[in-house]
Amino acid sequence: MPQPGRPPMRSVLGSFVLIAAVVGASAAAFAYTAGWFSPQRLTPDKMVDAFRPAGGVPLGHRKNHAKGICFTGIFEANGAGSALSRAQVFTRGQYPAVGRFNLATNDPNAPDATVRVRGMGLRIATPDGQEWRTAMIDAPFFAVSTPQAFYDLLLASARKDPTAMKTFAAAHPEIAAFGAWAKSAPWTGSYAEARFNSLDSFIFVDNSGAAHAVRWSLLPAAPPVPISPDELAKRGPDFLAQEITERVHKAPQHWTMVVTVANAGDPTADPTKAWPEDRRTVAVGTLTVQQIEPEPDGPCRDINFDPTVLPRGIRTSDDPFPAARSATYAKSYDRRTAEAADYPHTTPGAKP
Amino acid sequence: MSGLRRRFTVPQRLLHWLMAICILAMLFIGVGMVSTVTPKYLALVSIHKLLGIAILALALLRLAVRLAYGAPPLPIDLPEPMRLAARLSHYALYSLMIGMPLIGWGMLSAAAYPVVLAGGAHLPAILPPSDRLHALLWDAHVYLAFVFFALILLHVAAALFHALIRHDGVFEAMASVSTDDRVAPSE
Repeated sequence: MPQPGRPPMRSVLGSFVLIAAVVGASAAAFAYTAGWFSPQRLTPDKMVDAFRPAGGVPLGHRKNHAKGICFTGIFEANGAGSALSRAQVFTRGQYPAVGRFNLATNDPNAPDATVRVRGMGLRIATPDGQEWRTAMIDAPFFAVSTPQAFYDLLLASARKDPTAMKTFAAAHPEIAAFGAWAKSAPWTGSYAEARFNSLDSFIFVDNSGAAHAVRWSLLPAAPPVPISPDELAKRGPDFLAQEITERVHKAPQHWTMVVTVANAGDPTADPTKAWPEDRRTVAVGTLTVQQIEPEPDGPCRDINFDPTVLPRGIRTSDDPFPAARSATYAKSYDRRTAEAADYPHTTPGAKP
Repeated sequence: MSGLRRRFTVPQRLLHWLMAICILAMLFIGVGMVSTVTPKYLALVSIHKLLGIAILALALLRLAVRLAYGAPPLPIDLPEPMRLAARLSHYALYSLMIGMPLIGWGMLSAAAYPVVLAGGAHLPAILPPSDRLHALLWDAHVYLAFVFFALILLHVAAALFHALIRHDGVFEAMASVSTDDRVAPSE
């Protein structure tokens, strides 16, 4: 209903001020939520930036675990896991698997012998449309207890200042055990000889709805043959990729998936704390790697091995890392897909 | 026929205010979740996906209701540029309400992420896996979210301008709690 006459000038001015205040406060609340007023907030962007190599970002590659090679195969469940989780992946049967052997480095061209930690990304799909994605490494426990500490570690290790790492280690004594492992654990000359561990804890939910805190590992069928990093260096910078290609070409390679169940009171929120050796373990199936494919046109390249992509029957625990990894991997994925044009494909345009 | 109503119909007003809450929550959750690595991230993403599909469904319903009932006429004395702005901003808002969830869904599909809603519903992929498509849709989703929020601020400012300064009934057409939405007697 239009009202005749004009409202007095003062009330108009007041109304404009009110409107501006409403709009301004809303915009400020939005900016606050986005973290624009919180420069200290640890964001996925910061985390990904912390992996940036001094020599510049290798465009189109993963921002960490940048060097890798794809595989395809089968996960054959033996049915024993169904006692712990109702996920279909544990029902006796064979399920297609896609994965990636990788080195924990931000440099896709790093010589194999310069990278201490090796990893495996794995995706198992089941007929019910669910997927289980996991990214594991060969260390028996993680280096630091929290995502913030991991970020601080990345910053400290990137600094030229030799005291930076000492200061970090003093503030995070849990890293000493990881350092000892890195120094003393034998190197091997094959991805096929590595044991890969989830490190993070997850919750399996069984058919009765009961929850079990677990971690899992893939135990290699191939016995590890220790070699020195110097010997590995002599075999060539990309020896691991060549070796696994030839080995799998000769015969499929196997890993047993073993689930370790926590006792009540075992630390689930801290992946630096390994559980005692006597915990109950259940062998739930076998991963068979049947084919190796180079990454550029391989089936693993465009998969984000986000450890929070879980089937019904597996969920995250109070371990803060899977959420942080999910947020960070998504950011890494967003960046590298945005750089797709710069990724060195073997055959230009072979893959959309 | 429908052009003579003074107010939006009750279903239209209900949908408007319900969606206003959903969309504002959605935008805040969106900018919040992409700026954290804490466990909140997973909960927020899960709400974001579920709410996104809910908004898509509500927006399609709302479009149907709008096409069926139309909108009350703008005041006769409203200057032409403001009429144009009102019309264009409504087109833009409807496009974003429907487009943003589809872009988000398409973005997840192009990245080969399973699209699973809280509660377990599994949505099909609406696009094939493609790194370039993912990058394009991701950019679109991010930038359009800011456009969407800016448009909402403009929409709120305009609504308050009608309510507080012009007193022309445009604000009441949507904000009234009256269930009486009979056609007004001709003026």
